[in-house]
Amino acid sequence: MRALLTSKWTKAAVFLLCLVPLDALIWRALHNGLGANPVEFIQLTTGRWTLRFLIITLCITPFRKLLNLPDLIRFRRMFGLFAFFYVCLHFLTYLGPDQSFDLAAMWKDVAKRPFITVGFLGFLLLVPLAMTSTAGWIRRLGGKRWQMLHRAIYFAAVAGVIHYYWKVKSDVRMPLFYGALVAVLLLWRLWGWLSRRRSVVAAKLSSEGARAGAAR
Amino acid sequence: MLIRKAPDLTYADVTPKSVYLDRRKFLRAMGIVGATAVTAKGLFDLALPPQVAFAATKFTSLVNSPFSTSEKQNSYDDVTHYNNFYEFGTDKGDPAKNAKNFNTSNWIVSVEGEVAKPRKFTMDEILKLAPLEERIYRHRCVEAWSIVVPWIGFSFNSLIRLVEPTPKAQFVAFQSYYDPRQMPLGRWAGIEFPYVEGLRLDEAMNPLTLLCVGMYGESLPNQDGAPVRMVIPWKYGFKSIKSLVKIKFQQKMPPTTWNLSVPNWYGFYSNVNPNVNHPRWSQAKERRLGEIFKRPTLMFNGYDDQVASMYNGMDLKKNY
Repeated sequence: MRALLTSKWTKAAVFLLCLVPLDALIWRALHNGLGANPVEFIQLTTGRWTLRFLIITLCITPFRKLLNLPDLIRFRRMFGLFAFFYVCLHFLTYLGPDQSFDLAAMWKDVAKRPFITVGFLGFLLLVPLAMTSTAGWIRRLGGKRWQMLHRAIYFAAVAGVIHYYWKVKSDVRMPLFYGALVAVLLLWRLWGWLSRRRSVVAAKLSSEGARAGAAR
Repeated sequence: MLIRKAPDLTYADVTPKSVYLDRRKFLRAMGIVGATAVTAKGLFDLALPPQVAFAATKFTSLVNSPFSTSEKQNSYDDVTHYNNFYEFGTDKGDPAKNAKNFNTSNWIVSVEGEVAKPRKFTMDEILKLAPLEERIYRHRCVEAWSIVVPWIGFSFNSLIRLVEPTPKAQFVAFQSYYDPRQMPLGRWAGIEFPYVEGLRLDEAMNPLTLLCVGMYGESLPNQDGAPVRMVIPWKYGFKSIKSLVKIKFQQKMPPTTWNLSVPNWYGFYSNVNPNVNHPRWSQAKERRLGEIFKRPTLMFNGYDDQVASMYNGMDLKKNY
């Protein structure tokens, strides 16, 4: 398993796999398969794949620990960058066909419509993460600070789910499904954080108790 | 005033499209029962289940309407595969898939309430009510997309005159068919069924208001609201109720489905209005299906000459 995960061929294969949603869109575009409203179809597809890649990225840490597969870390940056790639396509279909590349009109729309506002915020949050995804930036920022910054993905995922939930008219099953996945992944982290804190506090208390005992 | 001439053929007599497109199957069926002397209609009933026989019938000798636009029509494929018909699923492609076996035979439309002559209409009676016209209308959805469709039908006021509303009748309430067994996805739609809509009586009387039985020269496909629906071209698409079964004339303003669901988003009037902002979609522009960039939306969807006077003195921002 280890050999499979660390092979450069696996990484190349996963990379190509991540491009399949884009390939499917291009294939459909060339074969008249985007339906009556191609712009909307591309928007929905790229939006959903953004959410999926965010969720896959958030799965890496729990899977590493629960499945005892630390080498999964090799794929985390790639998944995160694919989430960013698809959100860029998603944003471009909004800026172009929807807003005719009119930035002033776009800002008005972003400010006026809550579901656009929250989607746009999620997109903005991902920009610095994509920019600082290189090894050089990890060094420059230092591991701790880099990790703090990249926790912004939690908020980006939540923003994505809210954006989707507010977008649908009345059938909220799909947004709720994605929301549930994000909730599980974030609660797992919260639970880990709480139990780590508890053990730190317990360790502190016991060491204080020991010192008090020694002083007596 | 048009001179009414009742067509001699009934709805069931028109050759179903599925039959003339599938002559082999038809001939095979003919071979099986060929020896038996049955009428042509009886043969159709034997060869095919009734809902298929009613699927698509050709209409001939349609009257051209002065209300038609000369704009480019959308393709039949677009109009039949991009539908909001939440009883059959909430994805645009769902109704085309899930309404295939929708049974619309023996359809009855009940007209009741504040009328001198309440009655129930069969589809045959509706088709004989007035000469069928082809009307090419712009159709604007509240979701900021639009299409151009050659509908078939006649002004709804032909039916109104027949049932003679009493002076108490101020509004018309409409109700769609709903059968959870035939529409199992309806329970996930997030809105209440049966779908209900309404118009003020003068809106219902407006000659643009169409009682629609077909499109593109044929009867309505199931996913587009078979066998009979309303088309109100100056209002957002959700006002044009599909698969109509009940029409009630009444004194009170009737409840409407989307208004019940999200009152501050969908009003009773729901006239197409680029100046009234919607919390979800900017209504200033729309995407005509088949185009990439959006085009400006017209006041009353471009039908202001025919309808604007009905709203004189009304604050359309308040009465959205």
